[in-house]
Amino acid sequence: MESSRRNFMKIGGACALGLGALPIVKAYAKNEKPQVAPDSKALVATKWAMVIDMKKCWEKGKPGCKDCLLACHSVHNVPEIKTIKEEIKWIWNEQYEHAFPGQENHFLPEEIRQKPFIVLCNHCTNPPCVRVCPTKATFKRKDGITMMDYHRCIGCRYCMAGCPYGARSFNFRDPRPYIQTELNMTYPTRERGVVEKCSFCDERLAVGLLPACVEACKCGALCFGDIEDPNSEVRKLLASRFTIRRKPELGTQPSVYYIV
Amino acid sequence: MLERALTGDQKYYRWITALLILMGLGFAAYLVQLNKGLTITGMSRDVSWGFYIAQFTFLVGVAASAVMVVLPYYLHDVKVFGRITILGEFLAVASVTMCLLFIVVDLGKPMRLLNVLLYPTPNSILFWDMIVLNGYLFLNILIGWNVLEAERKGVHYPNWVKPLIYLSIPWAVSIHTVTAFLYAGLPARHYWLTAIMAARFLASAFASGPALLILLAFLVKRYTRFDPGREAIDKLSQIVTYAMIISVFFVGLEFFTAFYSRIPSHMHALQYLFVGLEGHRNLVPFMWLFAILAIVALVLLINPSTRKNDRTLKIACAAVFFSMWLEKGLGLVVAGFIPNPFDQVREYTPSILELMIALGVWATGFFVLTILYKIAASVKEEVA
Amino acid sequence: MKIYNAKPILIGLAIFIGLATFPLWFNMGKAAPPPDPKLDTPVIQRMAVKQCIMPKDQMRTEHMQLLNDWRTEVVRNNNRIYTASDGKQYNMSLQNECMNCHSNKSQFCDQCHIYAGLQADATPYCWTCHIAPKENK
Repeated sequence: MESSRRNFMKIGGACALGLGALPIVKAYAKNEKPQVAPDSKALVATKWAMVIDMKKCWEKGKPGCKDCLLACHSVHNVPEIKTIKEEIKWIWNEQYEHAFPGQENHFLPEEIRQKPFIVLCNHCTNPPCVRVCPTKATFKRKDGITMMDYHRCIGCRYCMAGCPYGARSFNFRDPRPYIQTELNMTYPTRERGVVEKCSFCDERLAVGLLPACVEACKCGALCFGDIEDPNSEVRKLLASRFTIRRKPELGTQPSVYYIV
Repeated sequence: MLERALTGDQKYYRWITALLILMGLGFAAYLVQLNKGLTITGMSRDVSWGFYIAQFTFLVGVAASAVMVVLPYYLHDVKVFGRITILGEFLAVASVTMCLLFIVVDLGKPMRLLNVLLYPTPNSILFWDMIVLNGYLFLNILIGWNVLEAERKGVHYPNWVKPLIYLSIPWAVSIHTVTAFLYAGLPARHYWLTAIMAARFLASAFASGPALLILLAFLVKRYTRFDPGREAIDKLSQIVTYAMIISVFFVGLEFFTAFYSRIPSHMHALQYLFVGLEGHRNLVPFMWLFAILAIVALVLLINPSTRKNDRTLKIACAAVFFSMWLEKGLGLVVAGFIPNPFDQVREYTPSILELMIALGVWATGFFVLTILYKIAASVKEEVA
Repeated sequence: MKIYNAKPILIGLAIFIGLATFPLWFNMGKAAPPPDPKLDTPVIQRMAVKQCIMPKDQMRTEHMQLLNDWRTEVVRNNNRIYTASDGKQYNMSLQNECMNCHSNKSQFCDQCHIYAGLQADATPYCWTCHIAPKENK
């Protein structure tokens, strides 16, 4: 059989392509049923939300109480970097004028102006951080939690520019030497070069526990539950008390509500 | 053609060596950053993008040098640009190279860079910016190289290049638009949240890119036997004039909206930049320098006698380039973060290492530019 | 046959060969001891059937893939329980499950990783975030 060199090359190329595609075919042919499932103990919700009763916190809590903040930061091995530039915070205190900028006036009660407000990631329904992330390293879970995938984050910090609430912290340096609390051996730390934030304690919900801050508050100022469930505690609070959210005009629809 | 970059006089080698030294220093500084993290920069939790991203933003503008010669030449048959399209395209190649390098040095986890391709995310503007910037880089390399090679052989460039040339024109618009969208779509950054952001980017790009191109054309004329032509420079200077007028006009529009509406969040960033906010005034001198340079540039450019005079034109172009660098490469990005989401002013000052890395990237860009211009000029000398 | 410019070419060639074979002669005579991963942790010793989630050979070649799949399932899909082919269930966690039995990172993980020329604690970079169990050495 006569064949030109050109034809030989063509056939050879086609064969090489076929061989190269073999692993893909194999991967598709493999049809194992999934061997993974959520924990049966896990707390589930259509959409998680938190109501923070600041009045209760100020009135019932001991002055300067930081139980919720400390609980979160020690459970999640959050480092304590003392410089204001590189601070890492998941949940912390802010004054009213900083937590709710643009809504202050000169004649607010002293209490509102001076007392601390607890702030954390709002787990927005329309999170700008998720919209801008170029790798889906931060993403929205079905149950409303705005998650971080620390394995995938490239550290571009676009999410920090996107977040209207300053809820995100970047690991400018290796955080390990700055973890002041006793290491929680069951939770990882983060590494240099990724962005981190509150995750509504996804790891605790997965095994049937409430978020660490909610559990740590002795006066019950933090209420956590399913906002889509009309009988949940959060819905009852929202129906009976006047609540505000941070920067509602931006349309991000925060899942953290405040009773003032 | 690359071999033409290997032969040159002593001046050429001295310049190349100087650039290589700066690149080496920048690389050494980058190794420190790689080792210690972005803590060696002046960036913070509040101002989370700094000098690197600002340089990137400015340099996307400089890449407009290509389209401002290609568009008149191919769409309006402005023949005088025929000689210098190659200079515009190669300048675009060098500036986009710098843009990409500035993005890479800004990453916290550069080794995971390819995650952007591995997990493509069309809802992220950064993803699109990656596509348009790389696309523009390859378009200009392909077009510039092929057209130059054809010129050297004394033939017409291959036909498949023509559609690419036409494609490169809207593509150039896209790099400025998409880069502006990086900023203009963020809900709580009031200084950036403006519909004319993309228009501002285009206007300032069409001023700063051709301004640098004019300066480079003068340099090429001085150091090689290739003369880009006085008429081409004349035409370019007209483009710079109009673009600069529109640019300054757009900045004025921002002032009107902010200060006539008197909405505090809209005024804050401008106040911070030009008079200082809550006693913080790091950028005030730079922004006034921007204003003065912009006015000097406008006076020299609008007046035909100074625009047509080589010396004053050079001063005007330098003023345009430097003023736009101050506005975009310094003020725009940083002021978007001030005040922070808590309405507090946290200032930003770049660190020495950060500036060294930036200088290294600039040196790399000028290294690429020198090599490409050397090749272009040698070919032009040979043909002429 | 005559080689033009023989002198610089030969010198260049010698330098090139020297550089290209650098790793070979640099490491000559410094053979690393073969890896000897230890399984004698207290937890494993107490086990009646000493069986990991997959057969040993499969674990040896596929553990990196398995760990990667696990992290995707846990972090991105919120699935935390893995059912092995023998029906036994495991918590998909390097730090809280794998290291429960293999509590001897330096005697288990590091043995092969170091032998394979991976930088300890740098590649694979599990341990920059995940916390290894304390070992008594």
